[in-house]
Amino acid sequence: MTTVLERDGLLGAELDRTPEAAKDYKGKVAPDWCPGCGDFGVLNALQRALFELGRQPHEVLMVSGIGCSSNLPGYINAYGMHTLHGRSLPVATGAKMANHELTVIATGGDGDGYGIGGNHLAHIARRNVDLTYLVMNNQIYGLTTGQISPTSRLDMKTKSTPFGNLELPINPITSTIMNGASYVARGYSADVKHLTQLIKGGIEHEGFSLIDVFSPCVTFNHDNDFAFFKPRVKKLEDAGHDPTDWKAACEKAMEWGDTIWTGLFHKTDRPSIDSLEPVLEGPPLARRPLGLSDEQAKGILSKMM
Amino acid sequence: MSSKGLDLTIAIGGAAGQGIATPGNILARILVRRGLHLYAYNAYQSIIRGGHILLMIRTRDQEVHSHGDKVDVLLCLNQDTMDRHLGFLLPGARVIYDADKVTPGEAPEGVVLCPMPIAELAGDSKNKLIQNTIALGVMISLLGVDFSVLDDALTQLFKRKGAAVVDENVSMARAGFDHAEANFDHVATPLPDGGKPLAVWTGNQALAMGGAAAGVKFYAAYPMSPSTGVLHWMAQNARSAGILVRQVEDEIGVANMVIGAAHTGVRAMCATSGGGFALMTEAIGAASMMEIPVVYINVMRAGPSTGVPTKTEQGDLWQALGASQGDFERFIVAPKDSLDAFHTMADLFNYTDRAQCPGILISDLLISEGTYSVDPDAIEMHPKIDRGALVTDPSPNGNYLRYALTDSGISPRVTPGYEGFVHTVATDEHDEDGVLISDEYTHPHKRRRMVEKRARKFKTVAADVPAPVLEGPAGAEITMVGCGSTYGVIREAIERLADQGVVVNHLPITWLVPFHADEVSKILTAANKVLIVENNFSGQFARYLRSETGFSAAGHIRKYDGEPFMPHHVVDGVLDLVKGDSEIYVPYQEMIV
Repeated sequence: MTTVLERDGLLGAELDRTPEAAKDYKGKVAPDWCPGCGDFGVLNALQRALFELGRQPHEVLMVSGIGCSSNLPGYINAYGMHTLHGRSLPVATGAKMANHELTVIATGGDGDGYGIGGNHLAHIARRNVDLTYLVMNNQIYGLTTGQISPTSRLDMKTKSTPFGNLELPINPITSTIMNGASYVARGYSADVKHLTQLIKGGIEHEGFSLIDVFSPCVTFNHDNDFAFFKPRVKKLEDAGHDPTDWKAACEKAMEWGDTIWTGLFHKTDRPSIDSLEPVLEGPPLARRPLGLSDEQAKGILSKMM
Repeated sequence: MSSKGLDLTIAIGGAAGQGIATPGNILARILVRRGLHLYAYNAYQSIIRGGHILLMIRTRDQEVHSHGDKVDVLLCLNQDTMDRHLGFLLPGARVIYDADKVTPGEAPEGVVLCPMPIAELAGDSKNKLIQNTIALGVMISLLGVDFSVLDDALTQLFKRKGAAVVDENVSMARAGFDHAEANFDHVATPLPDGGKPLAVWTGNQALAMGGAAAGVKFYAAYPMSPSTGVLHWMAQNARSAGILVRQVEDEIGVANMVIGAAHTGVRAMCATSGGGFALMTEAIGAASMMEIPVVYINVMRAGPSTGVPTKTEQGDLWQALGASQGDFERFIVAPKDSLDAFHTMADLFNYTDRAQCPGILISDLLISEGTYSVDPDAIEMHPKIDRGALVTDPSPNGNYLRYALTDSGISPRVTPGYEGFVHTVATDEHDEDGVLISDEYTHPHKRRRMVEKRARKFKTVAADVPAPVLEGPAGAEITMVGCGSTYGVIREAIERLADQGVVVNHLPITWLVPFHADEVSKILTAANKVLIVENNFSGQFARYLRSETGFSAAGHIRKYDGEPFMPHHVVDGVLDLVKGDSEIYVPYQEMIV
């Protein structure tokens, strides 16, 4: 594991050049995730997706919340914001609105995105902001050493539910479809190739895209580990699913047994809010001169007379 | 009571839904077009229909600093208004009301009743709000103004609705005017004319315009009284002024969204009231840690909790001082009136940009929802913009450190999108390069130097914030201290006291952080007797002053019933406290609104 001391001396000069391979998207710091953590697969797929799409590191802004998976911006060669717990989506929205030329990708975990930040997810879905949200869903709170999360199964025993979880898990796929999201997918971190395609699709999609990823916590969740998922995950693409059929998407997303579906559940074309805002026509707000023109100032004052 | 020139207050009372705003706006426009100054205070309730509203428009031939002490012309749109306020009127005051529906009680001596036979005057008009128009005609007559002035104003207002609507309103106003000319005397001092025309705005509009002039490109909000006027101005002007405006799901989202926007290099702001501000506080700490300049406005209302949503208070000072966990620097400023609020926005943005930290502006209902006349030439629409160490044309040197340690503490700031400057900002403690030092290997020496760096840059910039200045005669018998919106009422009370031979000077405080402890201490320790005026129960400002300077005032005038101070409340407080029998004076609110 690379340590803080080891990475001293590895500064901007080593980063931020035109990548020649996916590995050139490696960040300053090596991940501090537990060996075997599902998040490694997600990071790997994201780096591949950015490389394959030809996005330059300086064109990308990664925004995360708090949690194991929210440490990701430090591990990737791109601009990053490691924000507050649950707040990646509003921060990412503000950044995208103010500089719509950036490729904005939010990342975090299920507690961060579906728990404390759940309200923002509902609203970014209907708002259709043109950004991609990658949720590393491990169905547990890992960084706080193992308590139930909003996606933990019924009856699950954890440190906060020693006698079993009494609450139903939420379904981020159906709920986000119902809230109007225009691109909703689910990946599996052990299938990096498939996940890479889903992430690329999300980044290229105009509008909000949610990619929920089964990213098992090998330390604290012994219910939903790789052994649990491996025989169960199936690809929607192999089942001839039509992503424009949102009802079928919801039916597939409700299945949770011997078969658990991954892939692109739902995709629809509707304009992103960025494209609907006349104020955003032209260069990014962030690159425009500050202050009012004489004409604007006169117009404002005349309304007061 | 001082009576130099014109000093006239028109009040319109009724229930929500009775259309008080329109005659209020027409009167305000007529006044400022004649070059008269005004301040209007609208006392209202958190209800869309019903309740009681009293709009007080005070006009003078000089600047107006408060809504005053008296009502000269009262228009009662319902019985409730008559019952509540008739007894408050002084000799010479006029009361206008619908003689068919409203019964006057026993009027104080010298109060002139002006009944309007509305049914007779309205004829077959079906317009439910026609009594308002008729009453405007009556009022214009009482004020000694030519009818053509009202004719013009009504024609302007209603021309979009077509000739029939204009004709009906003008003829009804004419009927009211003629009735008044035939039956009632004009007020003692008719409205003068011929002054330089003034503009009208509310404090919230001033804050929004101040932001726009300072270069705001991103505004987010969740509606909350009494801050919503900022959102309304921003939304209305978004497209013409090139500002992206978003209404967001909650104030947590708002506070974080402006951080995201500001990080890319735009100037971003938001406004809320105390409850929303409480939700925003964690983000304010995040802006500090990531070193992103953002302006947060808290328009205070009476608390705690939901409190009294439509009433004013200065109760959030310590919330602003303590907003967010941790020990960090933030600018805090409480402007004294609408024009000061406007200009403070640019100053606050410049300071926060230079120090790369959050700034908090605290306003209150009194300023924000108050309507002020303003000389348009006094509004600096192109204020100085100083973005500090923001690098807008960077050339890569291959070794960019976002949080580089410098003597000033200020690090050159490059925003996302530039090649060669890739970095991550974090709410965790981090080192010069933005890499976390909070998780894997915390490092006390690095932590210490980053804490000191943030404090140092704040100190660097704070040195340029102007210190408060003592207004009025040196060596006065009494020195009054207030913060923010009490400025106007204190200033007016001092004029009244001077008429009574009591010499008082005034130390108005606007910048709370940084607080100029040395300068303030010097002034106050040299003062004869210091009295503090504030709109809360516990003396939040007095406590803050003591914490920063060790200075304790001799007396306090405090009000916490939801209504703002009237000048005589302060005058009475001073006269009571100088006797030395008590330390705290709490004025009695006579008008029940």
